[in-house]
Amino acid sequence: MAASFTFYVLAALILLFGVAVVTAKNTVHSVLYLIGDFLAVALLYASMNSLFVAAIQVLVYAGGIVVLYLFVVMLVNLKRPPEEHQDPNRRGTLGGLMVAAVMGELVVIATYNVVRPAPAANAPTPVGFVEPLAMALYADYLIPFEVASMLLLVAMVGAIILARREL
Amino acid sequence: MVSPTHYMLLSATLFMIGVFGVLTRRNIIIIFMSIELILNAVNINLMAFSLQWQNSIGQVFTLFVIAVAAAEAAVGLGIILAFYRNKETINIDEMNVMRW
Repeated sequence: MAASFTFYVLAALILLFGVAVVTAKNTVHSVLYLIGDFLAVALLYASMNSLFVAAIQVLVYAGGIVVLYLFVVMLVNLKRPPEEHQDPNRRGTLGGLMVAAVMGELVVIATYNVVRPAPAANAPTPVGFVEPLAMALYADYLIPFEVASMLLLVAMVGAIILARREL
Repeated sequence: MVSPTHYMLLSATLFMIGVFGVLTRRNIIIIFMSIELILNAVNINLMAFSLQWQNSIGQVFTLFVIAVAAAEAAVGLGIILAFYRNKETINIDEMNVMRW
């Protein structure tokens, strides 16, 4: 009972922050709502017993990526907001209709799930602790791990070159 | 009891919020943030199935998705800065030098 209460509270927080990110007028407010969304997702991971991934979510997303976004928002002059520019080719209502269609499909799936409930999850055993994750990451997935580190190095060099003054 | 369907519905809803942001906003920074929301939705799905099957592989892939998201944010924001320095705009409707 307490688990489902936690889930519903966190899900409501995640969705509210997500809607706020997408609809906020001020870009700085949008970035701040994004921090709230990432922290709520980290709490959701913690409620799944995955404390390591929750810590990584806080460190990388809320600590690193959001700071990068804030720097860019501060560097870019937003005195001329993009939303005032009207493009005749823009398809806002079409996007809204597509989202509404998929959301309707989700409602149908949810009601179907209520009518015929899915088999419950297995008994909660501690899966999210660091040791099995480290064994999988450093033994089975060692080469993808190294490739990811190479990807991060390339992205770092690329970002520095792109942001140089003379491009 | 929280079943995987709950997590999948949350994930799909968050995904659609991100898609709505990508389709309707003109500010490219907000579009990038919507893409981060979409990646978070994918991560929630992976974590839910990792919990359901009691298998750590889903968490490994979550970590990879986080790494790729960090790389994507760094390069994308670098591109935004370089473009802003040349064109003085962050409106994607005015970012059409490659189109015409």
